[in-house]
Amino acid sequence: MLEIKNLHAAVDGTEILKGLSLEINAGETHAIMGPNGSGKSTLSYVLAGRDGYKVTKGEILYKGQNLLDLSPEERAGEGVFLAFQYPVEIPGVANTIFLKEALNAVRRHRGEEELDAMAVLKVVREKTKELGISEDMLKRAVNVGFSGGEKKRNEVLQMAVLNPSLAILDETDSGLDIDALKIVADGVNALRAPDRATLVITHYQRLLDHIVPDKVHVLAKGRIQRSGGKALALELEKNGYAEFAEAAA
Amino acid sequence: MAATLETAQQVQEYADDGYKYGFVTDIETESAPKGLNEDIIRFISAKKKEPEWMLESRLKAYRHWLTMPEPEWQKPEFPAINYQDSYYYSAPKSMADKPKSLDEVDPELLATYEKLGIPLQEQERLAGVAVDAVFDSVSVATTFKAKLEEVGVIFCPMSEAIERCPDLVQKYLGSVVPYTDNKHACLNAAVFTDGSFVFIPKGVRCPMELSTYFRINAENTGQFERTLIIADEGSYVSYLEGCTAPMRDEHQLHAAVVELITLDDAEIKYSTVQNWYPGDEEGRGGIYNFVTKRGACRGRNSKISWTQVETGSAITWKYPSCILQGENSVGEFYSIAITNNRQQADTGTKMIHLGKNTSSRIISKGISAGRSDQTYRGLVRMGPKANGARNYTQCDSLLIGDTCGAHTVPYIESKNQGAVVEHEATTSKISEDQLFYLRQRGIDEEAAVALVVNGFCRDVLQQLPMEFAVEAQKLVGISLEGSVG
Repeated sequence: MLEIKNLHAAVDGTEILKGLSLEINAGETHAIMGPNGSGKSTLSYVLAGRDGYKVTKGEILYKGQNLLDLSPEERAGEGVFLAFQYPVEIPGVANTIFLKEALNAVRRHRGEEELDAMAVLKVVREKTKELGISEDMLKRAVNVGFSGGEKKRNEVLQMAVLNPSLAILDETDSGLDIDALKIVADGVNALRAPDRATLVITHYQRLLDHIVPDKVHVLAKGRIQRSGGKALALELEKNGYAEFAEAAA
Repeated sequence: MAATLETAQQVQEYADDGYKYGFVTDIETESAPKGLNEDIIRFISAKKKEPEWMLESRLKAYRHWLTMPEPEWQKPEFPAINYQDSYYYSAPKSMADKPKSLDEVDPELLATYEKLGIPLQEQERLAGVAVDAVFDSVSVATTFKAKLEEVGVIFCPMSEAIERCPDLVQKYLGSVVPYTDNKHACLNAAVFTDGSFVFIPKGVRCPMELSTYFRINAENTGQFERTLIIADEGSYVSYLEGCTAPMRDEHQLHAAVVELITLDDAEIKYSTVQNWYPGDEEGRGGIYNFVTKRGACRGRNSKISWTQVETGSAITWKYPSCILQGENSVGEFYSIAITNNRQQADTGTKMIHLGKNTSSRIISKGISAGRSDQTYRGLVRMGPKANGARNYTQCDSLLIGDTCGAHTVPYIESKNQGAVVEHEATTSKISEDQLFYLRQRGIDEEAAVALVVNGFCRDVLQQLPMEFAVEAQKLVGISLEGSVG
């Protein structure tokens, strides 16, 4: 599904990722853990194609094609979804309108017929029900006045509606209390499927109690320092990241 | 960043084909000789077969116009207008013998309106909106006239109103915007050609939306329409106005006057979607839209509501206003103004509170892109007798890119201790975060900008009648195509 080879990326001329390699297969869930400033968010932005995140070396293959050739919207059309650490407010735009625009844009890209407002609403309502999200959230402007938990649930709802192949969750646990965390994690788990890969980026291991990964990678100083199973996350919880920060220095 | 360069290219592409209404109708026309003098005014008046009093009123205005200075307080800058270089009357030849029904109207004209998305014949069959179609200096057709007359509503071209109901015209024409008001309005009083006249009798709720569609077609020709709407006691009407013009290299002048009058308990809702040709990306061509629109709430509990979506014109100079005379009368102004490329807009409103407990509400949304410049200019005046009067103003500006400008100039004059005036203003930019978020969800950059801007304008778009709201939403997107930086 996703193959990252020797990725180097810079922001404003400063190299943040320094030779990162990673492979994720369909059906797998991987976690990337790391200290602050290790390049976790940079990785998610590079994967999503944000302006200003410049790849200086290496390549990213997604479903066998060069991901870096595609614009952010084309990547979304191809099934790359990024759940934002800080979901953005769009004042005056109702969630349903936003979901309709997004779903139809993705459907157009996939060569599928666009859905009318009623059909979109039907899909969206189904998903809110499945995820246990209040329908009240649909009428409100995108993320405006949402609590931290609501914002993250809204990200999961968008993910469910857009049905991506590769879901990247960037610090989805940040700012959530344990109940909210559980709801979001349940939502993500419900979307796990043999034809979908998930990349969970997190600082703390507690999210991984709820979204159990197949593999855990430690990112520090712009590279994967170590990979292992679920046990690695627990080890990190106990010992912290100091070891890796030093090893890379 | 590379995105900026890309955008510059996109802007050019869109400027070339972005304006859908830029075509010219090839039709034989009859024009007055070029230039402006008393003979031209006599020519226009004779063409319209006007009574003597109308001609006299035109000449009086013209003589006064000669003495008036050009307004100089606005922000837009442009070279002095050469009034002698323009035609003041132009009409399709086929309109010389007034067609009595749509079947007699030149098919070429009907085709033009069809191309503009206003199929007159079809609209006559489908119920909903009655249309007065004005082409250069004449009204070519007014639909649903007979049906409206059943309930006593008069909806006809101004020239016909002068003939049919001279008393109403004499009583109200110029009573809200006198010819001495400003230079552009004065010119209109001298040379106005067509426009719509509406009278809603006592207690009648107009059974359908009324609409006028203005089209400038001929070269070097100004359009000077005059609209007068009178809502008698307890009546209601919703009126829509749309406008387009061909793409031409020279500037064309549009100096219209609109007067609204509401008596006791009456309400007029006036909506405009202004999409005159805005000129090209270098500022060549485009309409000078110098318009005076004013409503007088003369009666108690009466209401006038202006809603405008301004996307066209090279220069917009326009301040739809309300004079709130009647006790408890209400004035509203909802505005979206979008400028792109080299467009300049100086627009806003005046709310003049004279009566007790009058209230007004102003919601203005300005969006500037490209190298355009936009000014909100508004006056709220509380007169000494306006006890209990209230005003709320909210003025938001959105900037796209860093080569455009937005200015807010609110004037507040209060001569009444008890009156309440509230003013809120914000200026923001479309953020990179918003665009990236939307693009990550599959929405391309143009559509993302349109979505953010539509959200920004939502409070105002909601005020538009259904028929216009959808069109306006699309227009918002089209006007901003290629503006992302």
